[in-house]
Amino acid sequence: MLTSIMEQLINGLRTGSIYALIALGYTMVYGIAKMINFAHGDIIMVGAYTLYIGIALLHLPVLPAMLLTAVVCSVLGMLIEKIAYKPLRKAPPLAVLITAIGMSYFLQSVALLIFSSTPIPFKSVIEVEGIQVGTVNISGITIVTLAVTTVIMVGLTLFINRTKAGSAMRAVSEDRGAAELMGINVNRTISMTFAIGSALAAVAGILYICQYQSLRPTLGALPGIKAFVAAVLGGIGSVPGAMLGGIMLGLIESLSKAYISTELADAIVFGVLVVVLLVRPSGLLGKKKLVKV
Amino acid sequence: MSILKVTDMTVNYGVIQAVKGISFEVEQGEIVALIGANGAGKTTTLHTVTGMIPAKSGSIQFYGTDITKVPAHRIVSMGLAHVPEGRRVFAQLTVLENLKMGAYTRKDKDGIEKSLEEIYKRFPRLEERKSQLAGTLSGGEQQMLAMGRALMSKPKMIVMDEPSMGLSPLYVSEIFKIIQDINESGTTVLLVEQNAKKALSIANKAYVLETGNIVLSGDAKELMNDDSVKKAYLSE
Repeated sequence: MLTSIMEQLINGLRTGSIYALIALGYTMVYGIAKMINFAHGDIIMVGAYTLYIGIALLHLPVLPAMLLTAVVCSVLGMLIEKIAYKPLRKAPPLAVLITAIGMSYFLQSVALLIFSSTPIPFKSVIEVEGIQVGTVNISGITIVTLAVTTVIMVGLTLFINRTKAGSAMRAVSEDRGAAELMGINVNRTISMTFAIGSALAAVAGILYICQYQSLRPTLGALPGIKAFVAAVLGGIGSVPGAMLGGIMLGLIESLSKAYISTELADAIVFGVLVVVLLVRPSGLLGKKKLVKV
Repeated sequence: MSILKVTDMTVNYGVIQAVKGISFEVEQGEIVALIGANGAGKTTTLHTVTGMIPAKSGSIQFYGTDITKVPAHRIVSMGLAHVPEGRRVFAQLTVLENLKMGAYTRKDKDGIEKSLEEIYKRFPRLEERKSQLAGTLSGGEQQMLAMGRALMSKPKMIVMDEPSMGLSPLYVSEIFKIIQDINESGTTVLLVEQNAKKALSIANKAYVLETGNIVLSGDAKELMNDDSVKKAYLSE
């Protein structure tokens, strides 16, 4: 029993940390550009296909293929912002939202045209031996996932809180106009945020596809929407909130699947969201709106 | 020498013409006040000068360079800093982080440290509260932070939008004293104020704005004694 609970918790941590990586992209973009980038989930899909192209078609070694994935996703993220969202900087939020949803379908359709809807099998490129702690088995991919996401989260937190570019991002997120008066190039900061968020989605895509080992044009939709829920649960706009929300979501999902019902797991996850938002409308770590004096 | 020269500047807010072809000049070392009622176009004028909103027509020259079309984020490194209305400090950043944001475009590390020391000397309260979040400061302290932040860019000229707004009378006097100090240490000041009396008392020159037009201009002390100014803006 204890072994089984431990294993479920570790599974939950693994999925949760992937959600957290994706949620970071949603939350950072929301913080800076004040929009929900619904195409974010599909960046995961593009990442997964890019890794596939790099490894199976271009026969690249694993690390360069991963690097290629991160670069392709970052550039794509910046391009999407520049082409689809930037012209709408002053448009009503609804227009931006519709555009983001459209962009999501666009990316899926392009993938459908190129790769068709038949799932492509993909063998994990992460070959790390699993370990056994007592009676608990921890798979290699779990170890890699947890290690990678921990490093990324620590690195990102340091970047945002300790560097000049990070402070500039926080300043833009709080008051775009005042940030401009400081000499911060707001457009470039937004572009950088999309690049970072998309690179995180690329990493999530790599980890995700090594876990699920099957490529479909819609593969980003479900982790995308779950991660969005995680970002809202943690408090959209809050970086620690996205991390907390992602991991909580993973744990709840994994435990519900194991001990309550596989079919009900998603309902439970969204149920938790509803309850949290009823009690704390701005999410677990979300900032309360400051009253302007 | 006039370092800021605005010529026939018009600014539109949507379909409304908020500034209707104004011209004014600021000379090196001066304090120039723009006074006028709410909605006269004072803030719009400042925003246009520092590139926050585009001018519809006319020109803005700063030290002889045409800056009419220069975007806001490139203005500050040219030596023109803006203390915005309502202070707009970064509430979620610490006092020190706010000040460092002011020096965002500067690359000289030693110089930035030196400016920081000078600002702490001018505003000892900011040093006491340097690791506090700016949002936790009082209104007067936030105003000092907004000024200190602008000074961190080592500006040749500083524009200030309603620095005394919403402050207690005690702070109002202090803020105006600080503006004079900043000016005496060599920074030219363009000041927008609803507190016309205080503004005219420290200014060299003033322009009176009314619904987007400059209706009166001249020596600040003379304007203080002008009957129409007295009646419209200085009534107790």
